[in-house]
Amino acid sequence: MSGAGPRRRLAWTPVLGGSDRVLTAAALALSGTGLLLVWSATRASGAPGGLSGYGGPGGYGSPARQTGAVAAGLVLMWLVSRCDLRVLRAYVPPAYALALLALAAVLSPLGTRVNGAHSWLVLAPGVTLQPSEFAKVALALALAVPLGELREGRRRPGPGAVALALVLAAGPAGLIASQPDVGTMLVFAAMTGGALLASGAPKRWLAALALGAAGTAVAAWRLGLVRPYQLRRLLVLADPAADPGGAGYNAAQARIAIGSGGLLGKGLFHGGQTAGHFVPEQHTDFIFTVAGEELGFAGAAAILLVVGVLLWRGLSIARRSASPYGAVLAGGVVSWLAFQTFLNVGMTVGLAPVVGVPLPFVSYGGSATVAGLLAAGLLQAAHRTGKAVQP
Amino acid sequence: MSRGRVAVLRLLVLAMLATLLARLWFLQVMDGDRYARAAAGVRIRTVPVPPLRGRIVDVSGRPLAANRTRPVVTVDAAALAHQPDGGRAVLERLAGVLGQPYRQLASKVRPCGPGVGQPCWPGSPYEPVPVADGVAVPVALQVGERQRDFPGVRAELRPVRVHPRGAAAAHTLGYVQGGAGRAGLEAAYDRDLAGRPGLRTVAVDNTGAVTGTPREVPPVPGDTLVTSLDVRVQAVAEQALARALASGGGTSGAVVVLESGTGRLVALAGLPAYDPGVWTDGVTAREYARLPLLSPPVQGQWAPGSTWKVTSVAAAARAGYDLGASYACPGAYRVGDRLFRNFGGADLGRMTMRGALAVSCDTIFYRLADELWRRGDQALEETARGFGFGRPTGVDLPGEAAGAVPDAAAKRARWRATRAESCRRAATGYPEQADRARAAYLTAIARESCRDGGAWRGGDAANLAIGQGGVLVTPLQLARAYAAIANGGTLFAPRAGKAVVRPDGTTVRTITPPVTGRLPASAATLAFIRDALAQVPRTGTAAGAFRGFPFGRIAVAGKTGTAEAFGRRDTSWFASFAPDPAYTVVVVLSEGGLGAEGAAPAARAVWEGVLALRGAR
Repeated sequence: MSGAGPRRRLAWTPVLGGSDRVLTAAALALSGTGLLLVWSATRASGAPGGLSGYGGPGGYGSPARQTGAVAAGLVLMWLVSRCDLRVLRAYVPPAYALALLALAAVLSPLGTRVNGAHSWLVLAPGVTLQPSEFAKVALALALAVPLGELREGRRRPGPGAVALALVLAAGPAGLIASQPDVGTMLVFAAMTGGALLASGAPKRWLAALALGAAGTAVAAWRLGLVRPYQLRRLLVLADPAADPGGAGYNAAQARIAIGSGGLLGKGLFHGGQTAGHFVPEQHTDFIFTVAGEELGFAGAAAILLVVGVLLWRGLSIARRSASPYGAVLAGGVVSWLAFQTFLNVGMTVGLAPVVGVPLPFVSYGGSATVAGLLAAGLLQAAHRTGKAVQP
Repeated sequence: MSRGRVAVLRLLVLAMLATLLARLWFLQVMDGDRYARAAAGVRIRTVPVPPLRGRIVDVSGRPLAANRTRPVVTVDAAALAHQPDGGRAVLERLAGVLGQPYRQLASKVRPCGPGVGQPCWPGSPYEPVPVADGVAVPVALQVGERQRDFPGVRAELRPVRVHPRGAAAAHTLGYVQGGAGRAGLEAAYDRDLAGRPGLRTVAVDNTGAVTGTPREVPPVPGDTLVTSLDVRVQAVAEQALARALASGGGTSGAVVVLESGTGRLVALAGLPAYDPGVWTDGVTAREYARLPLLSPPVQGQWAPGSTWKVTSVAAAARAGYDLGASYACPGAYRVGDRLFRNFGGADLGRMTMRGALAVSCDTIFYRLADELWRRGDQALEETARGFGFGRPTGVDLPGEAAGAVPDAAAKRARWRATRAESCRRAATGYPEQADRARAAYLTAIARESCRDGGAWRGGDAANLAIGQGGVLVTPLQLARAYAAIANGGTLFAPRAGKAVVRPDGTTVRTITPPVTGRLPASAATLAFIRDALAQVPRTGTAAGAFRGFPFGRIAVAGKTGTAEAFGRRDTSWFASFAPDPAYTVVVVLSEGGLGAEGAAPAARAVWEGVLALRGAR
């Protein structure tokens, strides 16, 4: 099945099968759509009193930078997809350690504060990195180590492996919590849950963990660990009109932008709300509002369907994976992308609280874009490694 | 991975997609119209929040320019533009309520741009334009409450610039327009005074109601400028100037009071002046054109007349003349083919240079100039430049005039520039001149100019030596030159600003007048000049004006000046200084007549005022 002959085999390439073309096409389609939407959201505004200064460092960002990020992401995706998972496995401990280090550095003076959260590392003036995005990749790989490398004769991870996985997840999650970045923390939790589920861990344990997590959340609330603004976000979720100028502003503006798009939208580049920059962070976390307004229900639904196709293929890869390692890795990655999509779109349509997570493949942001495409690359690697080992 | 677990994850993904799609369908298709209406109604406006401008205070902290909140009526030009008649009806109604002509109101609201004359609105088109300041409270309430009659018109409390001392130092303070200092200290220290504007982003629905303030950056108030001006001395100077002009029939003039040893300005008076309050209500184009915006002490230029002779004496010393030697002061002195007469043609006998200054003999200086010119010695011009004439002093006030020190090079350059015209006039004459004698005179000059007008001649040097013939100085230049004579030779760039202080009282920086040069005269020469000038108010040309003056309490020394201005009355000067208080006081009265009769009494009044303030202390 493999293309190369046995003699020319290098350790890390030739036993692989072909790539999943549908998965690649879905990732490409989403990235391309993202570029168009970012372009629309960042183009010069002729609206009266157009807001300036919203957004991350450097304001609105530029489509050119996003194009560069997509290009870099595609190259990395291709490189990772050519790796044998067993070779990749060797790099997991340093990658995980590096991710922890970068997350810790964010809290040091090297980090920069944007919209109240310490999430960025400034590498050079104008060049910033969001380590939490790469930490998702590292965690997906790391979780698969205890959960996917079962001892001889076992079909599911034992208590030690599960405990180790939880410890591995707790490290970055703790650092993320102190940024603070609730959205990314939730994504980490979802990834851990997905990886555990994919690993075949006993249902009783999963149920116990879910209960524990719920208990922790309630306790955090009761002990006053939830910050007032986080609480307010939850409350305006129920009724954004309660505080239209404050916490509910983003949510209300996002809903108006999306709702006014109607069935077929106002046409790409013709969104009045988009041009007026009424929705803060419209090119990053609220990019979906541009899709909703300009492409309407048809376009927004199409984007969600393409995401669905990508996730579906990811789960197929997980199911067919020859090794438990590949299955757990794919399970973690799919959970990450699925949950983050749900959280992002959910907050723009009023189904989830406003927590800052980007829409995978679509939102503006170099780190997020590269991380998303790396995730697709990991799925491809799992896919190809799996095929090659199949008889 | 087991089939069952994959199914669970697939189910979760499907449920997620279904939820989101259902919600989208509800938002966009079921409820889309409602949101489309909301989208049409929502507007976001960014309104700058003006910072409170820093105050300008005098040396003792008395306010010269401050702020007070007053009811202000503003008009939103963008809102007017959306009305079917462009807002005309609303403005007409408003004009009636405010008691302003409609046209004046309308011109205030239009944005400034090329081809738009004053008044106009220099700010953002989305910013409400203040059209009436300090309106009566009932009027403000009426406008505020009858919103149906006055859409786009608002009444609000706003800080406006007030000048507690009225017109005092109007030119020196300058004015503020559109939030920016446009002249005087307001412009020179605008960066310190302005503060930083805040930004308020308001969401407005289609009824015009503000639905929220998603973002607000508070403004940073400006710093206070502490000046070295003393409002009491300023008042004394202004009164003395106004009285002198009134009694002499003049219209313009200036008084400069400078600390001789530091270069700090104590008072700057200038007439004609204007009420700085005119800016707050806006000025029409017509009013604007008539405002005397030029500051006479800093931007006015006059021939200095005999006050200039201190530079000629210093030049004589440099050229090797013995100042104490005896020189003849005949009634006239011939330079080339022209006879230069002493003032009044009087033969004053023999005297030293001290006497030449005290009684203001001209012929001694004609002879000095003639002899220097024959030798090709440019001591007169060089010394005058060394006294700081012919270039701005570098004072911390914008738009300062440079004055002029004519010399051979300048004359040649001007001649080159005007030669063609001179030759044309030499040929055609001045047929448009009704006065035949004058036409002949002008034609003769044109003929001479065409031939060899570019040459610097003995006559030019003679005129230069007595502060005539194209010499121009500003009162400030003369004051700082005399201050340098008084302080031993140091030329400062004068400063009105003394310190910049934060609203909380901490000092941002202190301002020290920079030293820009030293007089080209030895200590002995300066002592000689000071000694000579001490005679002027006691026994010299200003003795009449200073009769009975308490020299025991202030040893005022000075020099009168009377400069001919073609076709007008003479310019009257008095430049003076004293050791304690170490002030320099310069008075100029345009068309004030003799220095001894116009400016010297005014200067005496200033000195007496200073003395009275001292006694009061």
